[in-house]
Amino acid sequence: MSHAASLTTLPPVIVGAGPAGIRAAETLVRAGLRPVLIDEAAKGGGQIYRQQPDGFQRPAKALYGFEASRAEAIHASWRALLDQVDYRPHTLVWNSEGDELDLLQVRDQHYDGQPWQQLILATGATDRILPFSGWTLPGVYTLGAAQIALKYQATAIGSRVVFAGTGPLLYLIAYQYAKAGVEVAAVLDSAPFSAKWQASASMLRNPPVFAKGLWYLGWLKARGIRIEYDAHLLAASGEQRLDGVRWRQQGQEHQLDCEGLGFGYALRSETQLADILDCRFAFDELNRAWLPVRDAMGRSSRDGVYLAGDGAGIMGADAAEWAGELAALAVLQDRGMSVDRARIHQLQQQLQRTRQFREALEGAFPFPEQWAHEVADDVVLCRCENVTVGEVRALIGELSLQDMNRLKAHSRVGMGRCQGRMCGLAATELLAIGSGQSVADAGRLRAQAPVKPLPYAITPTVQQWSPSLSVAEEAEHD
Amino acid sequence: MSLIKRVAEAQRPAVTFHLNGQPCQALAGDTLLTAILSQQSYLRRNEFSGQPRAGFCLMGACQDCWIKDAQGRSLRACSTLVEAGMSVWTDTQPSTVQPQGAAS
Repeated sequence: MSHAASLTTLPPVIVGAGPAGIRAAETLVRAGLRPVLIDEAAKGGGQIYRQQPDGFQRPAKALYGFEASRAEAIHASWRALLDQVDYRPHTLVWNSEGDELDLLQVRDQHYDGQPWQQLILATGATDRILPFSGWTLPGVYTLGAAQIALKYQATAIGSRVVFAGTGPLLYLIAYQYAKAGVEVAAVLDSAPFSAKWQASASMLRNPPVFAKGLWYLGWLKARGIRIEYDAHLLAASGEQRLDGVRWRQQGQEHQLDCEGLGFGYALRSETQLADILDCRFAFDELNRAWLPVRDAMGRSSRDGVYLAGDGAGIMGADAAEWAGELAALAVLQDRGMSVDRARIHQLQQQLQRTRQFREALEGAFPFPEQWAHEVADDVVLCRCENVTVGEVRALIGELSLQDMNRLKAHSRVGMGRCQGRMCGLAATELLAIGSGQSVADAGRLRAQAPVKPLPYAITPTVQQWSPSLSVAEEAEHD
Repeated sequence: MSLIKRVAEAQRPAVTFHLNGQPCQALAGDTLLTAILSQQSYLRRNEFSGQPRAGFCLMGACQDCWIKDAQGRSLRACSTLVEAGMSVWTDTQPSTVQPQGAAS
């Protein structure tokens, strides 16, 4: 499944400068190539190791905690790469036509094309969201957002905050906020405490990660921070901004006043570019999502397209580094260059172990499957276009809808500015239940170009290139 | 009243920008989201519900923090740093058309 070496003349192109993209670039540079490294951010590191802007002074330890040395190593690699790669920060890849990527340099709103023969997608992830009443109020953010506010801007999402949902990030962020002097009123974990115990035996396979998790929990408890298990968000209250949160726990309703609420249910992969590039997808039970298929080296089903990091399945930052290096080694192999086979074997073993640990983690922080049964009809599902859960349920029933893209066409869910990044997964859960199918059979939203909105001022040019429905809609919204 | 709270890095130089026509102070390195939500509790109103929004994901995915500058250009507040002399609008500028559903 490789290009003939003699035909591969262009430098490899990498999309995303997080842990996967940076390790991929480094591996290619070491082999004597000068890859193109495209990233939306101003600096490398991705979301997990996001660097604060110039002029900030907090040391790495304060920003990344236990992960400080890994973060510093990634940042050092990024700095060393700057004059050895064709680096394109502030740049969005919004489409691919033929063998050329469509780029938008966001700062000066300049369009460009990038031809490619070998392309590594390291597009990362965002928070996995399940809506509840009031989730669009100012003061309600994703867990990832709460963390970015703190590490990238030295701000908190409020003076008194609650964190809810599930996943390892929940306890880490509560710890980081409390450490920064913010009042953490409660941590509301949707998973029952028994899930943690049942999963703990298999989590011992990865003692450092397991120990860190226990350490955060112990730290929070020692400071008297309230932690509730089996706690399910009912509503964020407030008129123009958040003033409190309600949740249900073992049949009882509870309430707390708060100014900020961060929530999320682990992470979901950013797969739009793989989809536009016609990579084959398969349903992955562990991620409860359709994901682009990759082989043990990171090759996708499409010649010349490679996948690394959380963008092709959630495995975490350490695994992203290994997968990035591995995908770059596959690129070199496919160019007919020699690679270190022992290193490939070692990386594949590390990834295999991570996959086993990831399965245990899913047991400790299970996806709340009852959400789609219990969520109220008046809850806003699509925050872009204000479509409610009730409207979607009614359409599924009235039209006997079976497929996500038909649901999108009828309800506009997934058609708004975020392209279903926030609501798509929740809509799939509703469709699965409403149509009596599995989540896998309910299908997935097909990605559309542009994968993110393009500024209005340059939309006419874009329409000549790609007269897709969603571009026209963006113009209408603006 | 501010929505977000600064917890560190107060040593940065001040930057003056204009918010809805009024001069305001931010700090160098603030995103527009930080600069604006240090002054008030929302960034924009949803075109369909008219309700206030203050961003959501802070990583350029949710697209719920787009605001306008004085030239009418759209800016994503979570991923644009404030610059001295910038002029941004979170409420409808007198000269522009009211977005659909935003009258309430």
